[in-house]
Amino acid sequence: MTEKVLAKYDLVIGLEIHAQLLTKTKIFSSDSASFGGDPNDHTSIISVGLPGTLPKVNEKVVAYAVKMGWATNCTINKHNRFDRKNYFYADLPKGYQITQDELPICQKGFITIQVKDNSEKNIRINRIHMEEDAGKSMHDRDDKYSLIDLNRAGVPLIEIVSEPDLRSAEEAAAYVTEVRKLVRYLDICDGNMEEGSLRCDANISVKLKGTDEYGARCEVKNLNSIRNLQRAVNYEFKRQVKLVEKGERIEQNTLNFNASTGVTTVLRSKEMANDYRYFPEPDLPPLDLAEEWIQKLKAELPELPEQRVKRYLKDFELSHYNASLLTADRGVADFFEELVLYTPYYKSAANWVTGPLQSYANEKGKDLSILRSSLKPISDIIKLVEELKINYTAAVQQLFPALMAKENQSIPQLVHDLNLFIDTDDDELTGFIDEVVSRYPEKVMEYHKGKKGVLGLFMGDIMKISKGKIDPKSANKLLLEKLKSLK
Amino acid sequence: MKLDYQTIERMAHLARLEVSEVEKVSLLKDMENILSFMEKLNELDTSGVEPLIYLNDEVNVLRDDVEKNDICPAEALKNAPLHDDVYFKVAKVIERN
Repeated sequence: MTEKVLAKYDLVIGLEIHAQLLTKTKIFSSDSASFGGDPNDHTSIISVGLPGTLPKVNEKVVAYAVKMGWATNCTINKHNRFDRKNYFYADLPKGYQITQDELPICQKGFITIQVKDNSEKNIRINRIHMEEDAGKSMHDRDDKYSLIDLNRAGVPLIEIVSEPDLRSAEEAAAYVTEVRKLVRYLDICDGNMEEGSLRCDANISVKLKGTDEYGARCEVKNLNSIRNLQRAVNYEFKRQVKLVEKGERIEQNTLNFNASTGVTTVLRSKEMANDYRYFPEPDLPPLDLAEEWIQKLKAELPELPEQRVKRYLKDFELSHYNASLLTADRGVADFFEELVLYTPYYKSAANWVTGPLQSYANEKGKDLSILRSSLKPISDIIKLVEELKINYTAAVQQLFPALMAKENQSIPQLVHDLNLFIDTDDDELTGFIDEVVSRYPEKVMEYHKGKKGVLGLFMGDIMKISKGKIDPKSANKLLLEKLKSLK
Repeated sequence: MKLDYQTIERMAHLARLEVSEVEKVSLLKDMENILSFMEKLNELDTSGVEPLIYLNDEVNVLRDDVEKNDICPAEALKNAPLHDDVYFKVAKVIERN
């Protein structure tokens, strides 16, 4: 199928994201909600669904849901109710999931995403509601039986449901990235898609451009990474357009995406769709949230990534690219802000943080906080580079590793020991340049005939024989002068 | 109210119950009676009456996020018809190919 055919259609995507909340205990009982543990060790009479037991709402779950609502510009519904969603599955011991159907805690918000040309687009949020997670089934451990671990049963979730406002795999990816950023900033979910603490289902349909007629939508379940979300969306777009072009009907099915084949397959047809028979949960009294309480939660919100980007553009005059890169992770942004307390060279600091410092932390398998005790010497290095006293490459490849290897060393001492000070002595520099230029007389002629590309060769050799001790800017200047004099 | 066997079969499937042909006959009759009774109740004008969901007026019954372990895995598994040392065992839910 050609790009031309695909271009006749709009891709329409709505996402449902489940985020596991970082509470100590479950949504309706006091057993541990943490990941892992021995099988069936994080359980209680409530989470294993024993008859006669009564659930009780964890206040923190409500608070976290409200915070997410504020962060996504939602209306917070003060009157809340829980409902039962009835279906039978072995990892759902009660035979129903407690969720919110008619009266979700948050409604009608939006999240701003960056699209291709750096412009912004608001993706509307339909609702955010609270619910409990199910347990885990293992189908391949035993020949005859499925094994059930209920540690996850009752772990609190919020489900964030978008309107079908996303129009491409890139937009869908940007949206999930933004949601993940928000839950991490709010510290309400760790955002780990591989471990399943952030899960994504995509509702995908296609429509002919210029019409208002939406095709039947297919729901693709359990996309466990942003990359797989994009792959599934692109696969579905082609599959559905192909069917429409052939004049066939798109069945409203629930699909499964196979990450190893890149193909979607039918999980449930519409006929097999569950009838959930929702009804109000009589075991949980309703919630009437006090205005004062929800305002207090609003006041507790941290500065969100979007606000930080704006502040970085204004206060530190960073590029939009750098500001977004730094604020993508709250820990990185916090570290940057600590570093700029020591240095006025904001742009350099930003580049050091997202470049060599981040790489160093990654190599150690840690986050940037391990460098917190070295903020002062790092700012000294930045200063030396900015003042052209040492070369950037030498700073990254020699000085910084030396600082990390030897604690409590002063930077001037290290620079001295490593002999990294740029020679401002033009004589020595001229010596290097003369040597390199005399190596390649034919290249000098090419240069004079207008082939400027050979400059790279000269500069490369000059940097090599000076062992990175000279400043490329002045070397470049002196090299040009030298070549000019030879003409 | 008249019902058909398909409805009975659907209800049985949703409840994951196996119902014999003989049982279907009596179940159909029972359900028709129940629904007829409901129809009678539906004759009452209840517009403006809030549905009764809760049996008392309590609101905002909340719990602090404090961990408390009240059972161990052995106790969790105790009432299950089938289990090993650590897991519940149930009929295979999906076929592996």
